Amino acid sequence: MSNMTEEHLLVEMKGISKSFPGVQALENVDFDLRAGEIHALLGGNGAGKSTLIKVLTGVLKPERGTIFLQGKEVTIRSPQHAQELGISTVYQEINLCPNLSVAENILIGREPMKRGVIDWKEMNTQADEILRRVLGIDIDVTRLLGSYSVAIQQMVAIARALEIESAIVLILDEPTSSLTANETQQLFSVMRKLRGEGVGIIFITHFIDQVYEVSDRITVIRNGRLISCDETAALPKMELIFKMIGRSITVLDDMEKIKQDMVDKISEESVLEAEDLGKYEWIQPMDLEVHKGEVLGLAGLVGSGRTETALLLFGIDNPDSGTLKIAGRKVRKFSPTNSIHLGVALSPEDRKEAGIVDDLSVRENIILALQSGRGWFKHINLQQQKKIADEFIKLLDIATPSVDQPVKNLSGGNQQKVILARWLAINPQVLILDEPTRGIDVGTKAEIQKLVLTQAEEGKAVIFISSELEEVMRCSHRVAVLSDREKVGEFSGDVDEKVLIETMAGSVT
Amino acid sequence: MNRDNLSGIFKRLTESRIFLPILALLLILVFDVIFIPGFFKIQVRDGNLYGRVIDIMRNASTVMVLAIGMTLVIATGGIDLSVGAVMAIASSVAAIMMNPTIIGVQLPPNLLAFINDPNFTYSPLWEVILVTLVVCTICGLWNGMLVAYMDIQAMVATLILMIAGRGIAMLITNGVRIQIFYEPYAFIGQGWIILPFSLYIVAIIFAITWLITRKTAIGMFIESVGMNPKASHYSGVNEKRIKLLAYTFCGLCAGIAGLIASANIKTSDAFNIGKTIELDAILAVVIGGTAMTGGRFSLPGSLVGALVIQAITITMYALNVPAFALQAIKGLVVVFVILLYSEPFRVFLSKITSAKGQQS
Repeated sequence: MSNMTEEHLLVEMKGISKSFPGVQALENVDFDLRAGEIHALLGGNGAGKSTLIKVLTGVLKPERGTIFLQGKEVTIRSPQHAQELGISTVYQEINLCPNLSVAENILIGREPMKRGVIDWKEMNTQADEILRRVLGIDIDVTRLLGSYSVAIQQMVAIARALEIESAIVLILDEPTSSLTANETQQLFSVMRKLRGEGVGIIFITHFIDQVYEVSDRITVIRNGRLISCDETAALPKMELIFKMIGRSITVLDDMEKIKQDMVDKISEESVLEAEDLGKYEWIQPMDLEVHKGEVLGLAGLVGSGRTETALLLFGIDNPDSGTLKIAGRKVRKFSPTNSIHLGVALSPEDRKEAGIVDDLSVRENIILALQSGRGWFKHINLQQQKKIADEFIKLLDIATPSVDQPVKNLSGGNQQKVILARWLAINPQVLILDEPTRGIDVGTKAEIQKLVLTQAEEGKAVIFISSELEEVMRCSHRVAVLSDREKVGEFSGDVDEKVLIETMAGSVT
Repeated sequence: MNRDNLSGIFKRLTESRIFLPILALLLILVFDVIFIPGFFKIQVRDGNLYGRVIDIMRNASTVMVLAIGMTLVIATGGIDLSVGAVMAIASSVAAIMMNPTIIGVQLPPNLLAFINDPNFTYSPLWEVILVTLVVCTICGLWNGMLVAYMDIQAMVATLILMIAGRGIAMLITNGVRIQIFYEPYAFIGQGWIILPFSLYIVAIIFAITWLITRKTAIGMFIESVGMNPKASHYSGVNEKRIKLLAYTFCGLCAGIAGLIASANIKTSDAFNIGKTIELDAILAVVIGGTAMTGGRFSLPGSLVGALVIQAITITMYALNVPAFALQAIKGLVVVFVILLYSEPFRVFLSKITSAKGQQS
């Protein structure tokens, strides 16, 4: 019997470890994939999913561990080597050429030739045949790939992977994140068809419902460790979410105390008041209220609309329904500049893309929002800039050799602190923090959590967003729960974790 | 101790942004000293200074003016290919205002006799300059609108005016080259007050631009937008308005360069004024140490960059390189200069400086 399963194992990864400077990305992780299986690989941001995939596709070399492919031990040297071995990845951002035809995309490098030139007719026939036979879809292969939807483009990528690269292992990295419900179904039926033909599929996604819809087994990774590997049918949804979010044991008693002491000080006066605020296909209309001196946590899974809510409140996007009041004044113009004038600050989720300006110095990064609030001509002179920067470097304990250091030379945690400093410098009334602790070490994490509380204690209204439930609960006086781009509940901060998870998961089956 | 200090200074020097452009300029000038006798000879005539070095500066003045505007545009992560064409528009507008007979404006017969008189102009000089600069600023505004608000790629957006601009310049003068006789106008390009008058224009524009970018927040905002437009937007920087400002200002600079160039040759030549000069301006900015990808910029660097390009040309003239070979040889020298900026040379340079540090 055990021999049987051995034979059916397409991939077996044993004891994989990989570390980056300062981070143990993977520690002794096992993973296997059967032939004719859809295996979901789950975990929060920075859990180690992508590191594991990169090891399997030859992008990274593991420090320890072995990989078996169809029972034989292999050393995967490079992505090209992985492809030769039959391991293909279809990325979220499709790696094909949108301005070539579908047929060209499928057969590029293997064009049928006739008398030294490409036989276009034969090429189109072949491509058409491949798409029909392998995926069961029927499209005009002479049209440009870019003229088709993302779903079709993904399927073309899959067809190429299977037929030209003769893949036996197919890795789909977040394939559905930009697909509509219909397209997702289309993709799923292709996935099921391939499973029937014995292809092993690794399915990476943030959408829990889709995992239950299409996968056979689920592996959960957290903090670089293997948490579990279960048959999908045997794993209740709630338990899965529990495993993904996890609960660390670090108890920060003094924080608990600060939080309790503060409860009495929270004033009745609401600083931020959203009524029916929403935007079509972005976030459902919702009511939200934050009081002076209060921390409101936003909980929800990735994609539940937490970030969208933050962007709407900060004026990156215009709402199409409802009203927003800051300190009793109705917001008429939604823009970051106006938000700064109103005293609303947002530390965005994507630190690298939307947060730091990496070639500017620490000093310039810190005063950027303050200066843009003042406009072009009320220039903060160099001396004042240095003073402000020094003050916040001290307050937040930012480790930098000097204020003139380009911010890109700082560690992730210190970069995050620089962004916090940028927003504290404008002395905001409302402080929105979207994943301020993502990807930073435990020590800095605790510092930032504490900062959240002390800022509220000083009379700011704070909105705190995090994927880590425990962290949200520890810091927040109230928690609003989002699911599927809709606010589905609101609880006081000492709510039972289980209740929160249930609400996050929506209908629990 | 002393050597330590010295190598520290040396290191700071070699790492400064302006170091490489100045090194490039020095190398060319050293070459000139050795191979061209009397290159640095300066004559005094009527209290004015003349000589090859003065020529370099005078001939570089249009490119310097353009490079100042171009620096800001490139720092935002963009490019402006239309400056040469805008110069042509400037020359046409200025010429037509001084001598509008060409488009059928009837002059009273008593004025018609004066049309070739060096003291005659139809519109007063201040009006000519003002209108020309306003027209060119609008050209820049147009580029800025396309890039910042229509989200068209800078190269494509400014290509439109690059192509259409010369056509517009031709239309303004009805397809005729207008000769300019008015001497006060010609002074802009040909005049001397000890030094060539155009150099004072460069100095004033440079000073104003430096003040505007470095004594207000605009410089930092331009750099911030060039490095990371999204993060800048999230920090409340109005990145569209910053881009609009840069392109508009670049248009204004092109207008001034157009005045200088047409005053220098005393005609409006829609075909030849500023032909391919946009490439010289871009090259000057790059030699000056501002990256084409945007971000940190150096205005003094761009001026030195313009001087480097002109020094190469004047050196070629002095060596009697035939005109038809000029472009090819200029290209070779530019390649050499750009190689100074390459990664291997930088590594080499830092090796030298750190070796010096170790010795002491």
